[in-house]
Formats: sequence, structure tokens, C-alpha cells
Amino acid sequence: MNIGVLLKQVPDTETRIKINGDADGIEEGDIKWIVNPYDEFAVEQALQVKAAVGGEVVIFSLGAARTLDAARTALAMGADRAVILDDDGYAGSDSLGVARALAKAAQEEGIELLFAGKQAIDDDAVQVPQIVGTLLEWPVATAITSYEQDGDSVTVKREVGGGQTEVVKVSLPAVFTADKGLNSPRYASLPGIMKAKSKPVKRYAPGDLGVDVGADEAKVTTNGYHLPPPRPAGRILEGELSDQVAELVKLLRQEAKVL
Amino acid sequence: MADILVFCEVADGAVKKSARELLGKAQQLSDGDDVTAVLLGDSLSGVGDGLGAWGADKVVTVEADVLGSYVPGAYASALFQVVDDEQPDVVLASASVIGKDLLPRVAALAEAGCASDVVDLREGDDGIEGTRPLYAGKVLANVSIEDTAFFTVRPNSFVIEDIEEKDGDVEEFEAELEDDYGYEVVSVESSGGDTIDLAEADRIISGGRSLKSAENFAILQSAADKIGAAVGASRAAVDAGYAPHSMQVGQTGKTVNPSLYIAAGISGAIQHLAGMRTSKVIVAVNKDPDAPIFQHSTYGIVGDLFEVVPMLEQEFANLD
Repeated sequence: MNIGVLLKQVPDTETRIKINGDADGIEEGDIKWIVNPYDEFAVEQALQVKAAVGGEVVIFSLGAARTLDAARTALAMGADRAVILDDDGYAGSDSLGVARALAKAAQEEGIELLFAGKQAIDDDAVQVPQIVGTLLEWPVATAITSYEQDGDSVTVKREVGGGQTEVVKVSLPAVFTADKGLNSPRYASLPGIMKAKSKPVKRYAPGDLGVDVGADEAKVTTNGYHLPPPRPAGRILEGELSDQVAELVKLLRQEAKVL
Repeated sequence: MADILVFCEVADGAVKKSARELLGKAQQLSDGDDVTAVLLGDSLSGVGDGLGAWGADKVVTVEADVLGSYVPGAYASALFQVVDDEQPDVVLASASVIGKDLLPRVAALAEAGCASDVVDLREGDDGIEGTRPLYAGKVLANVSIEDTAFFTVRPNSFVIEDIEEKDGDVEEFEAELEDDYGYEVVSVESSGGDTIDLAEADRIISGGRSLKSAENFAILQSAADKIGAAVGASRAAVDAGYAPHSMQVGQTGKTVNPSLYIAAGISGAIQHLAGMRTSKVIVAVNKDPDAPIFQHSTYGIVGDLFEVVPMLEQEFANLD
């Protein structure tokens, strides 16, 4: 099978986020860049499917030129090749633009099954994979925690809140987004890292794909970055524990008005 | 001034309460223009009847067998057809599990922009604008959308006091839908978490690893039951096997936005805070007076949760 994985490079979760001068992004100087953690589950699942049914795992990544480093991590895990969309023309794309480019690239590469992480931890948008599936006219099952494939039929589980889990049957071709718990992503071995350096990398510019992307085509503009308002200093209660609890509930009802 | 369409979720034959917040806000934003509620399902007779009281000028229902469970392709197609027919300026949905999954698909079909998980909506220079969190809530940003704007709204973002009752006339819409979207919900199982949806809960009591066992979480559940709260857990508690992942609040778990968040025996690691930092009121209960959680809470009690929580339950039970 031609298996694709949508992969995004994001700042490490420990990064101290500083807003840039134009308030339309963050300072990138000190950032440690990583593969979006949820995408690791996606890469792992793709590799497991390849092991089961044979084929190829292709990494698709749209971003700045450095996104190739993130793709190479996936290649080091065992993916076969990468398609990098790092042309300046993609800059400023909104989720719809990004999805258009990735969907078209996946189509060009003859992908039959797509994995992605359930969300990117930088913008937390939770949009691109659903849109990719919509554009390809494929079903999309999001935030899956288990995956079982039997030919063209896949059974997955998804947590849907309220203590409930859905069991869903999906027909391929399809898109699946991975949640934590789907699998245990393998570490790249040293031989894997060495091999990754020479695995094929292909690029497509927006013109090659014929898609409307970039800032000019974007309908959504995100700017005016600011920090959340600081929480005023709280109050540690005092006195006998039972008195504290009584006082707390009184405050919650009368002062905070949440009870 | 904006015509606003609100996707209202239906569960167990009734409209979910998240719709009240959305319809109320839509009424404010519409500034006299139309607020239309949309319901999708397989059995909607009478379900939309009360929505005029929540501010809906009109209610559009789409009834079809394939909409009996959440089949994303069917829901997206149905909602898109209503949007295409009504041509609203703005489309709103709750940033629930369904809403976050669904709305980008509809926006894509409409070739429109979508912003997810907004915590504020207001009239901007060129239409309705939103504010959304980025980097797990470390930063907020303004979003503006050209032409038809789709937003999913983080639950409990708005306190809606007075809603002017409107007609709420119910209209049936015949959508053209397939029988098969290559996606079938075979069954729904209980995964062991609270039945109240954490992400939508207005009150939450969460426990950390200090609970020491899965059984001890019953102490929190008992107190929670007295005030209709959901029960959550820190990552440490989940990793130790005391609670299922579905109960985890935090960066790799759920993002919650309640009016009241009680953290019992939780130290307050950054990753946990990332999941609950927008809670209106945070109460910390911890034996350790230096626990970081106290720096982020509205009220704090330094004490053993095994003593404090049962006392809290008693006080809750005495509330009228």
C-alpha cells in the first residue's frame, strides 16, 4: 500500500514562548524544534501497516525549510521517503490552504491511506486532516486509540467524551488521526538515522500542485498575539481545617459565585 | 449585524446545554439579524421546540437515518447543505468532540475559513472576530475571517444572562445524503471515565497521584456528585493507573474550561495547568504548602485531601 503520513514540525513543549515584535508569531531564535508528538503515533502506525501489508510510507510535511529535519526523524524511524512543501508560496496559508496542498500532493503520490496526529501542539487547530479527507472525498476518523485493518476495512476506537468509546468501521481509502495511546512510537536506531540521510526527498511548489495557498488566498488571519491576563494572587485559607472548608464553600457561593 | 447559524448538538433526544451559550452569544452578536439553530439526527420531532427561549429566531432540522450516529461525512454534507441554503455570515458550533471534528469539514466544503476553540467572539472592524489560544494556552491571538466565518467555541466561554425569547419556528430541511459514507459507528462502549463530559463540564474535581489508588477516586466522585461536577485526573494519576486516560486533564489530556476547578493532591505542573488555566475559579487542596498549584489558584487549603474532600462533600450536601 502507498501509505502517507502528514507530519508537522513544532516547537518543543518546554519552549518558553515569546511573542515577536509584530505580534503575529513567536520569536524563533531559541526554539528547539521537534516532530509534533501526536504525529509520532501516526508514523508508528503507518510503519506497522507497512509491516503487515507491505508497501511504502511517505512523509508529507509543509512548513519552513527546517521541516526537512522533522521529516528525517520519521525517515530514521523507517519511513521510505519524504515530500517536503517548503516553498515560500505556502507561507501564510490558513488550514484550508495547507490542507489543499497536502491533499493534492498525496493524490500526486498515489497515496491510499493517510495517517496524521490528532492535532499540532503549536496552533492546536485540529483542522487539516479533516479538511484533507473532505477534499479527497475520503472518510476521516479522528483521535483514534486503536487500529485494526482487514483488507480494505479498518476498525478503530475513538474516545468521544463522557466516558464513552466509539467503535467505528471505516472503508479505505481513508484518513486517520492518532491520539495518545494508539501505539508506542519506536525510537530511531543509529543505522536508521544514517540511512535516513540518503532517503529520497521530493518537493512540490504551489504551481506544481495547482492549489490556492499562501497569505493572499487565506481567509483566516491570525495576529494580535498577546499573553493571557495574569491571574490575581490567590488566597490561602487559615485556621482549623473544618473552618477553612466551611469558609471556602461560603466564598465559592458568595464571593466567587460559582456554587 | 450578522446572520448567524448555530449547530446545536442533540444527545439522548434533547438539545445539549452547550447550545444555550452559543445561541445566547449569537443573539448578542447578530445585533438584530437572524439567529438560526440547526439540528441533525434521525429522530428530531419536538426536539427543537424550546430553542426560541434560547434565542433562536428559527430552527432548521435535518432528519435522516444516516444521521442517527455521528457519521462525519453525513453530518458535514447535511450541515453544508443548510449553510449553502441559508447563506449565513457566521456559523458557530461548540468546540466539543463533534464540533471540532465537524466544522472544518463544513467550512472546507464551503471554501470558507474556520477558527477553532475560540474563547471570545466580538464585533470587529470587518465582521465577527475571535480570540483563540495557541501553544497550549500560553499565548492568545485574534482571528478574523473573510467572507463566511466558521468558529468552534470552547465550552463555557460565555456567561449568558438574559436571552430575549424569539419565535424559534421549526422548519424541516430535506438534505441529499448518501446511505454510506465509508464510516459506520458499530457500537459505543463505556471507557470507565465520568459520564459528564470533562471538556464541557462547568464544575470539575480532579485528583493527583496522592489519591494513591483507583478506588480512592470514589472519594472525589462522591463529593462531585453533590454539586454535579465531573471528575478529572492529573497525568501522574493516570500514569500510575489510578484513572483512565479519558479522565486526564492537561497538555496530553483534555482541555477544560469550568467555572470551578478543584485540584486535590495535584502539584500543579505546567503541563497540567495547560489543560485548566482558563478555569474561572481554581481551588487547590494540597498537603505541601510549596506546591506550585497554590500560585495559580483563587483559593487554597493546605491540608490532606483525605480529610478535606470528605469535609467538602459534607458542606456541599448542606447547600440548598
